[in-house]
Amino acid sequence: MMYGLLWRALPGPAWFRALLLLALFVAAVWVCFEWVFPWFSEYVPINDNTVEAHAP
Amino acid sequence: MRHASGVEAGRRGGAFSTLIGVFGELLITAGVVLGLFVVWQLWWTDVQAERIHSEVLAELDWPEPPAAEVPSGTTAAEGPAVASEHRGEPPAADEAAFAEVFAQFYVPRFGTDYVEPIAEGIDKATVLDRLGIGHYPDSANPGELGNFAMAGHRTTYGRPFHQIADLREGDALVVRTRDTWYVYKMTSSQIVWPNQVEVVSPVPGVRPGEPLPELTQRFLTMTACHPMYSAAQRYVVHGELDYWAPVDEGVPAELLDAGVEIQALADDDAGVR
Repeated sequence: MMYGLLWRALPGPAWFRALLLLALFVAAVWVCFEWVFPWFSEYVPINDNTVEAHAP
Repeated sequence: MRHASGVEAGRRGGAFSTLIGVFGELLITAGVVLGLFVVWQLWWTDVQAERIHSEVLAELDWPEPPAAEVPSGTTAAEGPAVASEHRGEPPAADEAAFAEVFAQFYVPRFGTDYVEPIAEGIDKATVLDRLGIGHYPDSANPGELGNFAMAGHRTTYGRPFHQIADLREGDALVVRTRDTWYVYKMTSSQIVWPNQVEVVSPVPGVRPGEPLPELTQRFLTMTACHPMYSAAQRYVVHGELDYWAPVDEGVPAELLDAGVEIQALADDDAGVR
């Protein structure tokens, strides 16, 4: 559905679209690794290591 | 024929089947993103942090301990000299600025190539997730009377305290500032709740509000998460200062005997015969 639409929206022959999709995927992963996951990990404290008076 | 009826069926499904299709694709996407998050947390944070740690250590550019005197005529490999054990009042380390890397941590039990930077502060984003080991800002400086307390990750972000549970009584915990070695010996370990701040008090075990006895001992404390991959509790290791030594005398015997590579020396090894 969504991905079908994306495939049809992309220009060029099939191999070119596949390449574009790969580039888009890599860009999305990069954005996640650089910004989204570091931000998200603040809310998933699976590895806190300090002792604090007001620790959860 | 079959093809035509399939198209018809699709039309009859209409908006509903489109909705189901989009929902399915969203679920698949969410699954992939969660998988990527696990990869990021368990692998990429280590890759990033380890790169930063080695950069930070290389930038320190501290003086090298002197080489041992090699008797003339022998072809013995030239190694660092053994520093003598000083038991008197250790030189006080300078007060470090927030997030400043002011010391290195060597633990022979953690491996011969183990050396990690120690930075000021225990802020997660700036110190613990990036620079590695953080020094509790209100705790003592290395060698000072009281408790030199540090926090470090046991998993992910370069995991400087990964093997904390392998430490045994008597293991050397060596802190190096620019000019001084502080050799602590492990004394005990315990598992506590995250709010048990008495483990980092100047005399470990004295709760906030309780009267502190006169400080006569120089403790070291390490805190890491426990169990691994959880923040439920804290694994705590205590140690006490055994002796100190100036860097311009050499390297503590504990490190030399275990064959620990001394940072800064390691880079020059190729040039020295």
